[in-house]
Amino acid sequence: MVEKRISVFVIAEQGEGGIQPVSLQLIGKARQLADKLGSKVGALLLGQNLANVAQEVVEAGADLVFQGDSDSLVPYQAELYTEIIVTLMVEHRPEILLIGSTFMGRELAPLIAAKLEAGLTAHCIDLIINNEGILEQKIPAYGGMITIVCPEKRPQMATVANGVFPNPVLDSTRSGEIISMDVPEGFQLRAQTLEIVVEKSEGVSLESASVIVAGGAGAGDHDGWHQIAELADALNAGFGSTRPAVDAGWTELETMIGQSGKMVNPEVYIGVGLSGELQHMVGVVAAKIMIAINNDAKAPVFEQVDYGVVEDCRVFVPALVKTLKNNKAYAGRATHVN
Amino acid sequence: MLNLVVCVKAVPAPSIAAKLKIDPATKSLPRLDIPLVINPLDNHALEAALQLKKKSGAHITVICMGPPPAGNIVRECLALGADKGILLTDSAFAGADAYATAYTLAKAIEKNGSVDVVFCGMASSDGATEWVGPEIAIFLNMPVVTMVREIVEDQGDEWIVKADFEHGYRKVKLKLPAVITVTRNLNQPKPLSFSGILKARSKEITEWNHEKLGIPVERIGLKGSPTYVTEMAHLESRRKVEMLEGTLQEKVERLVQILSDVGVV
Repeated sequence: MVEKRISVFVIAEQGEGGIQPVSLQLIGKARQLADKLGSKVGALLLGQNLANVAQEVVEAGADLVFQGDSDSLVPYQAELYTEIIVTLMVEHRPEILLIGSTFMGRELAPLIAAKLEAGLTAHCIDLIINNEGILEQKIPAYGGMITIVCPEKRPQMATVANGVFPNPVLDSTRSGEIISMDVPEGFQLRAQTLEIVVEKSEGVSLESASVIVAGGAGAGDHDGWHQIAELADALNAGFGSTRPAVDAGWTELETMIGQSGKMVNPEVYIGVGLSGELQHMVGVVAAKIMIAINNDAKAPVFEQVDYGVVEDCRVFVPALVKTLKNNKAYAGRATHVN
Repeated sequence: MLNLVVCVKAVPAPSIAAKLKIDPATKSLPRLDIPLVINPLDNHALEAALQLKKKSGAHITVICMGPPPAGNIVRECLALGADKGILLTDSAFAGADAYATAYTLAKAIEKNGSVDVVFCGMASSDGATEWVGPEIAIFLNMPVVTMVREIVEDQGDEWIVKADFEHGYRKVKLKLPAVITVTRNLNQPKPLSFSGILKARSKEITEWNHEKLGIPVERIGLKGSPTYVTEMAHLESRRKVEMLEGTLQEKVERLVQILSDVGVV
């Protein structure tokens, strides 16, 4: 019997508290793609003290784990990682290489692609093998879905954000081969990561929030933005944003929801002063109930939600906050009386 | 003196481009003349170079690949204080993906001569890929740091920068020559001044096509692009919207009721 080749590779990233969720999600997806191609899934794992992590990668669906375990790989070093990954890719010539849209992935992916002269699609929201065995990479744009292919160059590379694909069910009965890779010694780094510093973020985390309020360009200015923040506060909701709001300087990139930001899964989503760009909306489609507030009745957002309010958010939001606060005060009094 | 290159992209004005929708009938984009503006993040890349020029002295070359009207964007950069403007324009450049774009820009940077730092915005507003800066770095055999939010140390040939990273930032020692892609937190770009606009009027913009760059057509434009778009599909929503009616306060009450029904308030 001919040994199956490894046609699909995933870069598995070791994060703060173990493997990055997106890496496991991509291994789950790679498993499906590899089954369709009749091939194996290879995972690439670089870091330190990786034994437990490697096992998890196998349980998620990898057949082989190529592991580079060395103190020189922590913290992440772009040039050294690129060197090791490119060497492995040249050796195995896979069809597909998937990378999480983490900060590390977003820097490494283009470095690897340029070295391999390969094509790279950013922040895909679906990956499908078509009848010709080519990877169709889907990205949202212009109110629709665009398909991108890379028919000739290999590997076909794509980045995918956390939460696009489901977490795979870990199967503890799966076994895989763990292969130790040589880590080049004395590698001369021209860009050397000295340290990675974790900063505390304020407010409700978007990933775990059951209610999310997201603000867009319609906020108008910092004051308008602050009003939407008050609404999020009043609802004890996570406060997300769109690209234009980030570009306007009202909020940080970390709060951006959508294709190149965060994928969220709340019970209730309230979009305020945003038009309904698909790049944003793909990040919230899983919400059970969706509500939009926008002064333009023709805004595409109203085609994508359950409840719509046509009002200027700068007038409507303060009125809504006031009513919510009054109700709360009333409820508080009622409880007190009882 | 530092030799700095800033790569800028002329993008369709984001506020207008946001209204572009795939036509469900033709499955393509309607042809519209949308004014070109400088990619917002590239403004921050230029500002980083301008601040260095002010602080330590530098020569700034702005390079832009785009159709002839993109020359206005280069002129704008000259008005803001760049010293030299290069427009890479050629019908053979059309259809370039990030790979072919980075290759073309890298060839132009090489041709332009000695360089210490190449600044790029971390992403473009139209394509939203983040690949051009790091791919230029590979083609020029330079190190790169992406998503830089602060330049901590900019003296000598080893800089210290802070770049966005998961839940925080990373601190990187960077040996020049190097490529830096910037976030909007790095600085606050200054607006155009009248005197700048006047001064820029007389400045020459260099134009290069693929022959001037000495690169074969197989490496550029659509031909030189590993990836391309095969399909545009219009999407139908699965949700049916109920629009809230009445006065503003009635809408507020109704919305509070909806939120209350689902247990949010």
